[in-house]
Parts: sequence; structure tokens; C-alpha cells
Amino acid sequence: MLAILVIGLLALLVVFLENTGIAILTPKGIIAEKQKQLLLDATWLMLIVVVPALFLTFFYAWKYRESNEKATHAPDWDQNIVIEAIWWGVPFIIVIVLSIFTWRACYDLDPFLPIHSESKPVKIQVVALQWRWLFIYPEEKIATINWVQFPEKRPLDFEITADAPMNSFWIPQLGGQIYAMAGMRSELHLMADETGTFRGSSANLSGSGFSNMWFTAVSSSEHDFESWASLIRSKAQPLNMDNYHKIAEPNDETRPVYYSLEDERLFEKILMQYMPKERL
Amino acid sequence: MFGRLTLDAFKHDAIEMGANYSMIFAVLLAIGLLTYFRVWGRFWREWVISLDPKKIGLMYIFVSFIMLFKGLFDAGMMRAQQAFSVGASHGYLTSDHFQQVFTAHGTTMIFFVGMGILFGVVNLIMPMQIGARDVAFPFLNSLSFYLFVVGAFLVNLSLLVGEFSAAGWVAYPPLSGLQYNPGVGVDYWIWSVQIAGIGSLLSGVNFLVTIFKMRCPGMTLMRMPVFVWASLGAMILVVFAFPILTATLAMLTLDRLIGTHFFTLTGGGNPMMYINLIWAWGHPEVYILILPAFGIFSEVVPIFSRKRLFGYASMVWAIIAIVFLSFVVWLHHFFTMGAGASVNAFFGIMTMLIAVPTGAKIFNWLFTMYEGRVRFETPLLWFLGFVIVFVTGGMTGVMMSIAPVDFQVHNSLYLIAHFHSMVIGGVVFGFFCGFSYWFPKFSGFKLDERLGRYAYYCWMLGFMLAFMPLYVLGLMGATRRLDHYDAETGWQPLFLVALSGIVFIIIGMSFQILQLLVSFRDRKKNADLTGDAWNGRTLEWATPSPPPFYNWPVTPEVYGRDAFWAMKERKTQKPLQYAPIHMPKDTAMGLYIALFAFCVGFGLIWYMFWLAIVGVVGILACLIIRLADHDTTYYVSVKEIEKIEAARLK
Amino acid sequence: MRHDPHAEADSLTIFGFWVYLMTDCLLFGSLFATYMVLHNSTHGGPTSKELFSMPFVLVETLALLTSSFTCGLATRAASLNQKKQLFFWFVATFLLGALFLGMELHEFHDFIKEGNSWERSAFLSAFFTLVGTHGLHISIGLLWMIVLLVPVMRHGVTPLSMRRLTCFGLFWHFLDIVWIFIFTIVYLMGVS
Repeated sequence: MLAILVIGLLALLVVFLENTGIAILTPKGIIAEKQKQLLLDATWLMLIVVVPALFLTFFYAWKYRESNEKATHAPDWDQNIVIEAIWWGVPFIIVIVLSIFTWRACYDLDPFLPIHSESKPVKIQVVALQWRWLFIYPEEKIATINWVQFPEKRPLDFEITADAPMNSFWIPQLGGQIYAMAGMRSELHLMADETGTFRGSSANLSGSGFSNMWFTAVSSSEHDFESWASLIRSKAQPLNMDNYHKIAEPNDETRPVYYSLEDERLFEKILMQYMPKERL
Repeated sequence: MFGRLTLDAFKHDAIEMGANYSMIFAVLLAIGLLTYFRVWGRFWREWVISLDPKKIGLMYIFVSFIMLFKGLFDAGMMRAQQAFSVGASHGYLTSDHFQQVFTAHGTTMIFFVGMGILFGVVNLIMPMQIGARDVAFPFLNSLSFYLFVVGAFLVNLSLLVGEFSAAGWVAYPPLSGLQYNPGVGVDYWIWSVQIAGIGSLLSGVNFLVTIFKMRCPGMTLMRMPVFVWASLGAMILVVFAFPILTATLAMLTLDRLIGTHFFTLTGGGNPMMYINLIWAWGHPEVYILILPAFGIFSEVVPIFSRKRLFGYASMVWAIIAIVFLSFVVWLHHFFTMGAGASVNAFFGIMTMLIAVPTGAKIFNWLFTMYEGRVRFETPLLWFLGFVIVFVTGGMTGVMMSIAPVDFQVHNSLYLIAHFHSMVIGGVVFGFFCGFSYWFPKFSGFKLDERLGRYAYYCWMLGFMLAFMPLYVLGLMGATRRLDHYDAETGWQPLFLVALSGIVFIIIGMSFQILQLLVSFRDRKKNADLTGDAWNGRTLEWATPSPPPFYNWPVTPEVYGRDAFWAMKERKTQKPLQYAPIHMPKDTAMGLYIALFAFCVGFGLIWYMFWLAIVGVVGILACLIIRLADHDTTYYVSVKEIEKIEAARLK
Repeated sequence: MRHDPHAEADSLTIFGFWVYLMTDCLLFGSLFATYMVLHNSTHGGPTSKELFSMPFVLVETLALLTSSFTCGLATRAASLNQKKQLFFWFVATFLLGALFLGMELHEFHDFIKEGNSWERSAFLSAFFTLVGTHGLHISIGLLWMIVLLVPVMRHGVTPLSMRRLTCFGLFWHFLDIVWIFIFTIVYLMGVS
């Protein structure tokens, strides 16, 4: 009875998933693509141990059930060095293989590692606020709230900090996250493979407005990106350290807002607020 | 005089008031029943002041059950909120309330259910399994229990007076610091965990000394039941890990109370230091919880396979390996904090390594069933459920130990599904397994089998429904701890499925409560008259059900593993020569010290510093009085022993 | 089976006390780790070099080390049941311990008076907490000494008080060892 229910639910799940899409398994960026591959490779390796373990559990429980008089009963058999060697040894070897994968992947996919590409990277500075995300483009001289747009197929160099409790900067379809911490500067390097609109969020509890901390990430063509940036630069209200303090106050407003950047060193100044005095 | 305590602290919304009225009603009901049946005297004499580890163990489990109920209720509230708080609707809970609920849920489940059932079972079973009569320090045992109760009480009190923390069960600064959370919530969290934590630390010392020093003659370390080895491993972890928690909580307290800069954003503080310290405790903590569960399975599987445990030595070495490894993996809780490739890789590899001894244990249990005679009674069902849930959960754990994969799933619902698989599949199922197995020993009758099965199936189904969708949700980009999300995410259907899961879990718990009532009603029919309800192998089954307070009239002597099995096979009974038994006198001092500890905690939470000082002075005074008391033990006379033994044989 | 309640209790209590000391070791270990991470975070305030007075700390240290020595002599006197000697060496231990504590409080007071309390910087927070926790343990030790001495003076050295004296000795020597670490890591390394 239980089996039927489980299978039924799994079937429902498959149907559901076909129609909704799973962000991490449908990557739109090269980092997320590599991470997905790693996830799947590791899964297959693990299944080498897990499938026999689960199968044997039920097989043995069934075969050696009390009512089965025909099965051998060896009540005192409790040792066999060969079998022990197998189930200590095989998993250990799998761990060694996985370790090699892990070691390589940790270096390959280090968030601080820039992406090799012929195209020039786009520098985007990110500040986690309460409870919104501020994106600063020092080269394009604009700033946005809860909306980060960038050209496809160009490396994105994110520099991340916070003016709030610890947050985590995450765009699942493009790649994994990294913590956003006040007084610290994290880096994340992503690149979108195609155009599209993706959902980003914070992945670390940062106070009562935490659920508001999601944002829209848009990958557009080079041309669309340029025109978007110049439109904002020409039309939007200016942002500098003075009116920055206003937007850094705890706020429920999640709608995107756009600014032209008056102070190229705004990000550094926000960071410096938390630096120990002797560094100045 | 009242510090920052004002009448405002008693103002709550309707849901909180509902909870408060229920709590108050429950307390009044308990007081009413105790008064109506006129058992206050008995309650005090036989339970409150008792130093009998069997009684203390039962009290731990009783309190844990109450906290489990509260924790499940919190879970239900969370699932209900997340199932309906989509798009324009913001559910029925405010963000702040929701955050208090999940913080209370985690804190309750880890500290006041997990640790409670752990210490409960170890108290009940370990002394008997090593042929002892008590633990090394019976007074300390009682004190540890009451410190645990005070911790649980503080969590519940926060519902009525003030508020609880909304910073998560691990309370990362700077969110948990004064700047972002100046209210009493985080302080309640700190003191409930700190006080209970000191109780745990004392128990760790207590049980460690007991296992090393109080084994009966002939019981060498390699002849101990695996449950005792598992408890030893857990206690070693307690003794090494809990001081780190004490120190870390103390530093957070100093930050909040006297303006130090350990974890603040100003003054040179370093929140990352807290994260390192808290997980240096936190990771061993989860192994503290799981090792005794493994121990329980090592007891149950052989009995329900009518076969010796496969690979005893291997099991012991696996425990030792797990104990060592659990101290070098803590960074996997924050791969995303940016430690760098080599550090992340090292900790990831260490984490994967733990899967090896853990997996070996699973295979050992499997091969215990192999060529055995497996009987599918409730305890074995819980074991089978554990294998499915724990192994799949463990698999996802190894996947997350690969840092770049973790970058995607860290703090998502994938993580939540993983650790609930481990804690529910491992710790909770292990406890239920042990509960149905050892219940006859302490009550004198077996539990109703049929209701036990129904409970198990409901829990299994409920667990699957509640947590399998969460793996998918995590992969869909759903972060943990969200009280609201947009409809475009497409997450709602899965949250609805998860909600149905908790409904089944609650039905499962209801079956368990019904099972207790029905089994009590049918106790004469299912009575365990021999003390050996399942044809057991270990020493606890050599006592009557329930055992006398001194466990053994004569301390047993042991000549190998599975000591009781050997006794049964030898069949010869040496005539027993009784001698007076040295037992500790019951005392209320543990309760009093804990009450003063409550004064310290409550006083510091509300800035009622005079109360905190009263608490400190009170604790010192009680300790001095206790130390000055030289009359803390007594002897049970031979006549008394003969009387008790004779009554049992009738 | 012969049953010697005292030998049994000795074995359990003393082993248990060692285990407790190990946990205390870990507590100090956490505070040391924190100190080492934070000791350069002076936030514009004074550094260890500017603050610490080595001659002063040296005298403090000698007082504490000597008190460990007198404690050992006291324990020896107790095992030989020499009440007068026990009293003398015990009081010496107490006075030296009190001197240590007094000097430490004086050092703290001076820092606070100059505006360099634990609120000034993370370095000072870590300093006050690490050294202060040690001082708190010393205070408890001093109280313990009084509580121990009273029954011994009244009833003489019994197996119970011998056991407790032994535990106290372990505690006192342990605090000495922790101080040596503090002296080295906080003070010596701080001024070099």
C-alpha cells in the first residue's frame, strides 16, 4: 500500500516538474552549469553504494523473515573480514574519487576566481541592505535597487558587501551564492549563457524583512544593456553618500528603483563605514 | 527593580495568547490532577527529589515529549504559513512572529527534544547495561535534569512574558547582536541554551566517568554493548564540544550586556569568529544526537534478527572514527563564507570521510539480518524506516560536502530536507525504536503492536510528504526561512504537499498517544512477567520489569559480550549472597540550584541585576550546603533486599 | 566483595574532576582562540605593547606560581595529617592568590580609568574576558579554600576532606598552567 502511494506521488511530482522547471537543474550560466554537472556526477557515484545498501536492506529483511523456514539461520555468524573490507574499502575509494573531484572543483569554481573570456568583464558592486539589494555600476555610472541587468556572454565581476546583518547573494540559474557581510568584501564571478530573466535572492536570515530580499536579474543583449544603462544615467535621480543613508534605512519597499551614480567610490565608502579606524 | 520588564511584555497577538492560554490550562490541569488524586507527596518523594537514573531518565523523556509536541506545533504553523503565503496573501503570521516560530522550533527540537531523549535513554539503559546501579554522580544527574527543565521553561516563558529570538536557532551575529536585536528575544535564547548546555556538559562528565569506572566485574571495554560504546562516544563529544558553546554564548552575552566587541560590526568585532566557534560546537552536537541512536539500532537489530550483531569490533572502531572526524568538519556549515578553495576542499573531504564509518555501520546491521530470523515488530519497522530516510539523507549530505555544489544549495530547502532526514530518520526514529523496545522493561507490559505499526506508517508517509518536496524546492531556488514568496516561483504546490506531510505526522503522534493509553488499559494482557520481553542479549533484560531501584541485588559478573545471553545459555544459577547496598539519598538540592539558575537567566534577560545576583549567591550557597552535608548516602539492608526480591517472585 | 566506599568515591570523584578540568581547558581554549583572532583589532585604541607593564605582570605571576608551590606543601601536610602545617601553607596559598587577584584587579582598574575598558576595542574585549575568566576561576578558588579549611580545622583531615583537598589542588595547579599560557600568549607575545 505504501509502495503504491509513493509511486503515485513520484509520478505526480514528475508531471509537476516537467511544467515548472528546476532552477539549479536548468542552468543559464556557465558556473551553474558546472555546478549542476558536479551535482549529477556525485549523485551517480554515491548511488553505487546507496542502491545496493537500500536494496539489500529490503531483500535481506524479506528473505530472512521469520516465517521463511527455508532460509539459513546462522545465529552466531558475526564476522567476515572480506565483506568488511568491501564495505569499508569501496566507499573509501569512492570518497577518494569524490575528493579529487572536490579538490579540482573547489579551485575551478572558487567564487573569487575571475572567468576567462575574451569579452571584457562587467563590474557590478552589490550592497545588501535592509531589506533590499543595491547594485552599483561604477563604470556605467548608474545604480539600481532590486534590479540587476547585464549583457549575456560577458563575465560579471560582482563585488559584494552589506550594510545590514549577514546576507547571501544568490542567483541560482547563474551560479552559487556567497555571503554578503558588512565590513567585508566578497567576490562572485558569473556569466550568463543566454538572455533571460532570472530570480535572485538572499539566502541568509537578516531580519524581519528577509522575505523581501529577492531581486530580478536580467541578461540582455549587449545593445539592450547599453541603452538601458544610458537611459538610466540620463534620466534617473542621482545617488551619492548623502542620499544613500536614506535608502539604507530599514525599508519594506521592494520595487526596483534607478539612480545615476554621482559618486564612483560609493561602494568603497559604504565598506569603509565598518573598517577599523586604524586602517584609515 | 523590574529592570526593563514592563506590562508591555505581556501584550501578545491572538495566536500567541492562544498558545499561552493552552500552556496555562495544561499547567492548571496538571496541578488539578495532582491535587485531586492527592499525590503531591508521592510526586515529590518518588520523582522530584529522586536520584534514581531510571526515574530521571523517564522524567527527561516526559519533558521531551511535551517539547516535541510544541516543536511539532511550531512546524505545523510554519508549513501552514508557507503553503498559503503566496503573492497577494501574506498568510496569517507576521514576519517577525514567523521568525520567532522557526527559531523556537529549531531550538526546541535540538536542545529540548533531541538532547532530552538522548540523556533520557542513556540514563535509563546505560547503567543497567554495564551492570551498575547508578551513575557516577547521582546528585549531578538530578542537577543536570533540572537545568534542562529550566532551559525548556525559559523558552516557553518567552511566549508569555516578552518574546523569543527571531535570529534562527544558531543566532548568527550581527543579527543576534545588540544593534539589530536589542530586545529580550535573543537573551531568552541565550539563557535557555546556556543553562541547558551546562546541564548537558555536567551529564557528559557524569556518564563518561560512569562508563569508564563503574562497569561490573568482567566487563572490559570490548565486552560492553554497542549502545554503551555509542553513549561513550557521544559523551566524549559532549565533554569536548559543550565548553565551546558555553564560551561562545558567554561572549555573545557580554557583547549584549556590557558592550564588548567580540562579534559586533564596530570596534573591531568579527562575526565570522562566532560562526566558526558555534559550528565547532554545532557539528559535534549533531553527532552527539545520532551516535546513541546508532547504538539503539545496534541493540535492536540483533534481537529482532535472532542473531548476534555482525562485526562488533568494526562497529566500535566506526564509533571512534566518527568521534574523531566530527571535530574536523565544522566548516562545511559555512562553505559560502568565502574561506578559499583549499580550506573548503579540506573540510569537504573530511566531511565525505565520515560517510565511510557511517556506511559501514549500515552494512553491519544489514549483515546482522542476513541469515537471521527477522521479525517485523515495531522496533524493526523503525529501523527499516531509518535506513531509507537516513541513507538518502546521508547521500545528499555528501553531495553538499562538495563546496561548489553547496554554493547552490546552502541555506535552501534542500539543506533543510537533508538535516531533517538525518535528525528525524536517525534520532527520532532511533528513539521511537528504542522506546518500543525498552518500554516493557520500565512499565512491565508491552506496547500494542497494531497501533505501533499505524504510528510508524503515518510517520513514514508524513515524513516523505513533508520533506521530499523540500529537496525539489531547494533545487528550484527556494531559500529557507521565507514567510512569503511570489506565485511566479511555482513553489506553492510543493508547499501544500509538505503541509499534508505534517498532518500525517501529527496523526502518527496521535496513534502513539493512543497506543500508550490502550497499552495501559491492556497491561495485564501484555504483561512482561519474566523481565526478558524479547529474548534479549544484554544485562538490562536480566532484571525484573520494572527493575527495583537498586537494579541488582548482587552485582553481576560477566565473562564475554552479550552477557545476558551467555547467562541464559549457562543456565546454572549461583545462590546469591546478599550484602548491604550503598545507595545515594534523594535530595531536592538539584532542583533548588536550577531554580537559582533560572533567577540568573531571567534576571539578566530583563536587566533585573539584583535577581541575577540573588541567583548567583543562591547557587553558591546551595553548593556549599550540599558539600557540607556528609550524610548523602545510606545502606539498603540485607533484610530489605530479601523482602523486595521475595515480593517480586510471588 | 569488600566494599570500601571511600576508595570507590575517591576514584570516581578524582577522575571526574580531571574530566571537568579538561572541559575547563576547552573553555579557555575557545577564549584563547578568540583572543588570538582579535588581538590585533585595536580599532584605533591602544595595543598590547602600549598597555602592558611587564614588571607588574611578573610579580603577579610569581605570586601565583608560589601559591601553587605552597598549595603543594599544604596537600602534603594534609596527607601526613599535620594540621598546623596544613593551616599555615593553606593560608599562605590563600594570601598569595588574593595578592594575585588584587594586582589583577588593580591592572584592570587602571585600564578602565584611562578609558581602555572592554568597550574600547575587540582586542580589549578579548583581553578582559580571557584574563577576567581566569580571575573569576581564581576567585572561586579562594572561596573554595575558605569553605575547605573550616571543616578541616574543626574535624581534622578525613578521607572526604582529603579527597576535596586533592581536587582543589588539581584546580589550583590547573589555573597556574592556564596563567602560564596567558602570560606567554597575552603578555610576553603582546609586548614583543
